[in-house]
Amino acid sequence: MIDKTIETLAEAVSLIKDGAVILVSGFGESGNPTELTHALIDHGPRELTLVNNNAGNGHVGLAALLEAGLVSKMICSYPRSSHSEVFNTMYREGRIELEVVPQGTLAERIRAAGAGIGGFYTRTTIGTSLAEGKERRIYRGEEFVLEDPLHADFALVKADLADRWGNLTYRMAARNFGPIMCTAANTTIVQARKIVDLGDIPPEQVVTPGIYVDRVVEVTNPISEREMIAKDIRYIGGEGP
Amino acid sequence: MTEILSREQVAWRLAQDIGDGSYVNLGIGMPEIVANYIPDGREIVFHSENGILGMGPEPAAIEIEYDLINAGKKPVTILPGGAFFHHADSFGMIRGGHIDICVLGAFQVSAKGDLANWSTGGPDAVPSVGGAMDLALGAQRVLVMTDHNTKNGDFKIVEECTYPPTGLGVVGTVCTDIAVIDISADGPVVREKVSGLSFDDLQSRTGARLLGVESCGELKVPVLD
Repeated sequence: MIDKTIETLAEAVSLIKDGAVILVSGFGESGNPTELTHALIDHGPRELTLVNNNAGNGHVGLAALLEAGLVSKMICSYPRSSHSEVFNTMYREGRIELEVVPQGTLAERIRAAGAGIGGFYTRTTIGTSLAEGKERRIYRGEEFVLEDPLHADFALVKADLADRWGNLTYRMAARNFGPIMCTAANTTIVQARKIVDLGDIPPEQVVTPGIYVDRVVEVTNPISEREMIAKDIRYIGGEGP
Repeated sequence: MTEILSREQVAWRLAQDIGDGSYVNLGIGMPEIVANYIPDGREIVFHSENGILGMGPEPAAIEIEYDLINAGKKPVTILPGGAFFHHADSFGMIRGGHIDICVLGAFQVSAKGDLANWSTGGPDAVPSVGGAMDLALGAQRVLVMTDHNTKNGDFKIVEECTYPPTGLGVVGTVCTDIAVIDISADGPVVREKVSGLSFDDLQSRTGARLLGVESCGELKVPVLD
């Protein structure tokens, strides 16, 4: 019998070790696996490389993970935002490495990793500083740059519904990076709002087929990072999500 | 007396160039207000790069959904016929040339249509590119919405960009607070300029040699609230 459900957040992230590369779903404050991220802070692996579109907001979720000193490198497209003071300070003080990747290239590198594609050529970044040092190729008269797939050891993803096989749906635009990140990690760990019986998600409505998912934990009322930031709530660790 | 357009009037003028049935991405910030000025009778599908087609206006406060935000992370709505999709699909739409029009802001636009809008190259800046390079290269047509000059009076339309480029030769048209300028193979061509502004005055406020002295028309916009 296949049962990917896990009882606790702590158990869900317990395999993550020092030096891991981790894909973290979410865009801005939608689709962030905040509870899994907080469980990871409590678990405490160090020297992590994180991949997310942004670099955390306020002092919760990803930003709290950075603030706890567990992350040595961030791969993202847009670290700067109105509440990214944790990352900004660490970056200016030289305490964190940054690889900035155009958003579409970031998404496609993740997709390529999950689909077993060894790299791809794109016109994005041609003529810019971000293309420096990369292999070029002319295709149909236009110049393209080679980009590598972006594999990870783990993915932390927020979903809406899940079943014990790991089939997933997502809520509205919180889908963003979730489906591709599920495909590109050795171990994909999902927090879902509700775990339902097999068959309760109509097959036509499955967005991520369970083949890509390894562990599912139910988080019934996921917290809103936006509300936590508005109330200036900080996650220090050890206090539960 | 030279008329200077408000942001809303620039947005209104730019919106007139968006044809019925277009799939349109509006960049973060000033371009977002273009959606308010689409002429009646034109059906436009707005794309948001976080994974929405058929994006609608900002919701009433009680209807805000934090899982339904635009690329600028502001709450939006989705219209009947809209769709959600993941990020690789969303940028496949952009890179694959399926987006008809993208409206972007700019630090600088060059005479050849090079766009600089992602970094001022300052040593203290946290480099943040987001989707700017993908949009600049991938959209069928890039419309730039900007003030004609910086607050200090510096040129924004220049012979060569001095800020780091976002994309080369990508800009189609620039709508500013005093002119509409198309980027042609020969250089920037003034399509319209505001009344009371001579061609020479416009040239003196522009860092690239302008064409279109014979053909340019008047930039007329309504009074807007």
